[in-house]
Amino acid sequence: MPETDLPPREAAASGLDFEQIQASPEFQELRSRLRRFVFPMSAVFLIWYAAYVMLGAFAHDFMAIKVWGNVNVGLLVGLGQFLTTFIITGVYVRFASRELDPRAEAIRTEFEGTAS
Amino acid sequence: MKLLAAGATVGNPAANIGIFVLFVVITLFIVIRASKKNTTAAEFFTAGRSFTGPQNGIAISGDYLSAASFLGIAGAIAVYGYDGFLYSIGFLVAWLVALLLVAELLRNAGKFTMADVLSFRLKQRPVRMAAATTTMAVCLFYLLAQMAGAGGLVALLLNISSEVGQALVIAVVGLLMIAYVLIGGMKGTTWVQIIKAVLLIGGAALMTVMVLAKFGMNFSEILGAAQASVSGSTTKAVAARDVLAPGAQYGASMTSQINFISLALALVLGTAGLPHVLMRFYTVPTAKEARRSVVWAIALIGAFYLFTLALGYGAAALVGPDEILAAPGGQNSAAPLLAFHLGGVVLLGIISAVAFATILAVVAGLTITAATSFAHDIYASVLKSHQVTEDEQVRVSRITVVVLGIVAIGLGILANGQNIAFLVALAFAVAAAANLPTILFSLYWRRFNTRGALWSMYGGLISTIVLIVFSPAVSGAKTAMLPSLDFAWFPLANPGIVSIPLAFILGVVGTLSSPDDEDPALAAEMEVRSLTGIGAEKAVSH
Repeated sequence: MPETDLPPREAAASGLDFEQIQASPEFQELRSRLRRFVFPMSAVFLIWYAAYVMLGAFAHDFMAIKVWGNVNVGLLVGLGQFLTTFIITGVYVRFASRELDPRAEAIRTEFEGTAS
Repeated sequence: MKLLAAGATVGNPAANIGIFVLFVVITLFIVIRASKKNTTAAEFFTAGRSFTGPQNGIAISGDYLSAASFLGIAGAIAVYGYDGFLYSIGFLVAWLVALLLVAELLRNAGKFTMADVLSFRLKQRPVRMAAATTTMAVCLFYLLAQMAGAGGLVALLLNISSEVGQALVIAVVGLLMIAYVLIGGMKGTTWVQIIKAVLLIGGAALMTVMVLAKFGMNFSEILGAAQASVSGSTTKAVAARDVLAPGAQYGASMTSQINFISLALALVLGTAGLPHVLMRFYTVPTAKEARRSVVWAIALIGAFYLFTLALGYGAAALVGPDEILAAPGGQNSAAPLLAFHLGGVVLLGIISAVAFATILAVVAGLTITAATSFAHDIYASVLKSHQVTEDEQVRVSRITVVVLGIVAIGLGILANGQNIAFLVALAFAVAAAANLPTILFSLYWRRFNTRGALWSMYGGLISTIVLIVFSPAVSGAKTAMLPSLDFAWFPLANPGIVSIPLAFILGVVGTLSSPDDEDPALAAEMEVRSLTGIGAEKAVSH
């Protein structure tokens, strides 16, 4: 077995110059838009989740404060996690179909069309 | 224990069995019809990538909402209150990791398995071997937990209390699973999951409405009644619990609080590394459909966990903790008992059948994932250096399904009655430590290389398993798997807080300590393909 190892990947025969596509400004734009959205958003929901877990582990009295009837802070913060999960999902889907899908498709048609 | 001996079962076992048999007959019919065309590898492993996003999203929730989610979380809320709710939040928020960071890029860059993506630009053989090893480990732990759970369920629902009878039922579940996977392949398995998910979520919704109706549609009333019922328990420790605030299960000491944080970490990071969930992204035609599937999954799973909140507190209020804890199956019986309380024999029969269907469908999903990984990654790529046809991969995976099914039956019978609830948490911890760091690094970090991947995957896998073996989950505690022995030195039953950061660090250290010698052309190809979908595997046309 040669040290370079075996890359028998069918698509490698597509004849596309992926390094050229990668260097193109269109691709760089797509890449940075994706990263500028998903990294901060992931940080936001992970920190919010971590805060919730910490409150659940250490702040029992705070979580037990009654807000409405028997519904307390803990329950509201927990339901808040559900709510933010649904909201972030919706925001991402809007972002992806507006900002990512058209750019990815433009790159696909530009480069896939030229390859035989 | 007296209660257990007298009238251990509720409802009518014949009705429970009858409804379950009906489910099996209908799903088998659909599986056989759906699988007329199961000849190629893409058909068998990925259902020809022909499912729509919504269909796949429903199937994902069918895969994800295991018996542990349904019976376990409802029961934990009924008995411990708020602390049970914490689980479901971790299980749900985890889907954002899958949606934002993993699903679409993985769909674009891979073909059949997680290893396709991880080994894309690294050295094929060792990385594939490592990824297949962690895949099999996660599937095995998960499978074992499901099979052993089947035994306890049988005791409760079918009034089969003898060891032999329970072993027989476990064997039947295993054989049915083998039949589904062999006949139906990924397409048949997916349909079973879709049907099961609809029944499970529909059943939970129905029960939620019934519980709410009993309390005049006022959720606060349910909470009050649940707390009153728990406070009236004859067991002092249970009666002292505040079930509306966190702390009843995990608040006792610093160790248990850190244990809880460790569990929360494994839950939120584990989901996006579960191989049987990742493999579902290959059953849709495009990355955009993969995104739609996750959106559907998030909506359904989120709704389901909201239902379990009402069901858990409803069971505490209407059934009461004493009756739940005295039932065979303990807290797992909260949801079935509530069903009996609300709708008598018929509703109990339906919920029981759904619980069985849940075990069956999850086990089938795990088995096809493990078998695909063995055939595609270990057999075809590592052992035979890609010198085998895809037909042969399908043949090998079919044999693997039978072997895995028999192993699962055997282990399930051995593990029956054992306290192995920690196995699901272990599966999540292994997925979070061994799989997720490498998935993220290989998708987002260009410098990441083979040594980093191997150190991270093996380091995450080994550290998780070693810490579990020497934890109070296995020995040295009354609730341990081996309560009579004591070789525990690690204080936490959930190792994630150590093993997950360790696996990330090993990935970084391994990468930086070896030269940057990976092929830049392959790295470019992977990045371009994963982001744009150029050259992605297309749906099989009919």
